[in-house]
Amino acid sequence: MGDVKAIVVGGSAGALDALSQILPALPAGFSIPIALVLHVHPGKPSYLAPLLANRCQLTVKEAEDKEPLAPATIYVAPPNYHLLVEPRRCLSLSVDDPVLFSRPAIDVLFESAADAYGAELAGLLLTGGSEDGARGLAEIKRKGGLTIVQAPSTASVPTMPQAALRLAPIDQVLPLPEIGPYLAQLHSGARNIQGEAWRRS
Amino acid sequence: MSASTRDPPRSPPGGLQPDAELGSLLNAIFQRYHYDFRAYATASLKRRVRSALTHFGYDTLAVLEERVVRDPQLFSELLRFLTVQVSDLFRDPSYYRSLREKVVPYLRTYPSLKIWVAGCATGEEAYSLAILLAEEGLLERTLIYATDISPESLRTAEAGIYGVERFKRFSENYLAAGGKASLSDYYTARYSSAVFDRVLKKAILFSDHSLATDSAFAEVELVSCRNVLIYFERELQDRALGVLRASLCRKGFLGLGLKETLRFSTHAPAFVEFVREDRIYQRA
Repeated sequence: MGDVKAIVVGGSAGALDALSQILPALPAGFSIPIALVLHVHPGKPSYLAPLLANRCQLTVKEAEDKEPLAPATIYVAPPNYHLLVEPRRCLSLSVDDPVLFSRPAIDVLFESAADAYGAELAGLLLTGGSEDGARGLAEIKRKGGLTIVQAPSTASVPTMPQAALRLAPIDQVLPLPEIGPYLAQLHSGARNIQGEAWRRS
Repeated sequence: MSASTRDPPRSPPGGLQPDAELGSLLNAIFQRYHYDFRAYATASLKRRVRSALTHFGYDTLAVLEERVVRDPQLFSELLRFLTVQVSDLFRDPSYYRSLREKVVPYLRTYPSLKIWVAGCATGEEAYSLAILLAEEGLLERTLIYATDISPESLRTAEAGIYGVERFKRFSENYLAAGGKASLSDYYTARYSSAVFDRVLKKAILFSDHSLATDSAFAEVELVSCRNVLIYFERELQDRALGVLRASLCRKGFLGLGLKETLRFSTHAPAFVEFVREDRIYQRA
């Protein structure tokens, strides 16, 4: 498998707190673009990007339609839109039906990103109270990508990581404090040196 | 027709090859039915095609393609999956509030008005505009063109009949959008459905039109084209925006979806931002 060229992240209840612990571990020069879906109330205006930007050294912005993925940037799905990755590796938005009652849905992001990036993708699923994201992780694995879940014992709501462990082959089950450092070593080919040792299978 | 000269979807720089089977299906649909989905954004289209596959119970896209080119009835069912038909009355109330408060004063100055709802799906947006214009005293001198590529959606739109269970939300949106009366003034409920008033329907002309293959057909003072462009690749977005631009009179208005922008388009210089946060532009 190749270097990781993009990371997709999904989470629901408790995920904002989890991200507040994970993101500070990423250095300002973190080269891998990150696309993020958190379940938020569809009626609420977007508050996620500025909130997360305060807690990390990367640029955090709401994803725009047909925007290319840039390094050192976290793209957040806007409320009430699905966020997808196009085969030509730019982002796109849709107002297709909710998936598992969610729009944005994690599966939609993960499955489309798996199509676009194949083995060059890493998917991370955090705490949450639904089963969204499990199918997406399975698809990432099927395309040769890297799958990571937050250890359920460290999740404020374990349903989501548990579903993923049940439904998808997972490479890394990491306690919350270890997720940030693990992601940090994925960038700039660091994983070539020591990365395979991280992998369970 | 300019679409017949379009290049087939290009392979992405650095990305994986686009799904060859999907490309083949879209080419076959274009050859046989002249519906052009080839420059639609792949990621969401692929999801919708996949759910069609599940719905029809076929194993592969190749099988679907084979059946679809032979069976126009199957194609019209497939069309329901390929097109996105989600809408609400007064979806994104702030957009309609801005139209009412900031655009209507300009529209008032025209002796007669033409408005185009491009990609009207099942008609909710067209009825929203008709209600807004009625309350502003402009409906009598207005013709609303509402167009879509899906004949089935157009039939639903023309009937103006919607499930009553949707009206609670419709009504909340209507009030949030600055509605001046009660939404129930505009429809008649019968059992499980409600039908919009004939006065509204009379002002709307529903018709078939494709932003991918057709050109401008009238000069209008306002185009509302919301959450349509996000389904297109950049090149097709530009083509569609060219059609919308060509339809607008000087100083005419263009309303897009809240997450759509002219910023990346070659047509951007032809417009000024009129209400930035609600994505309402004015033609220079």
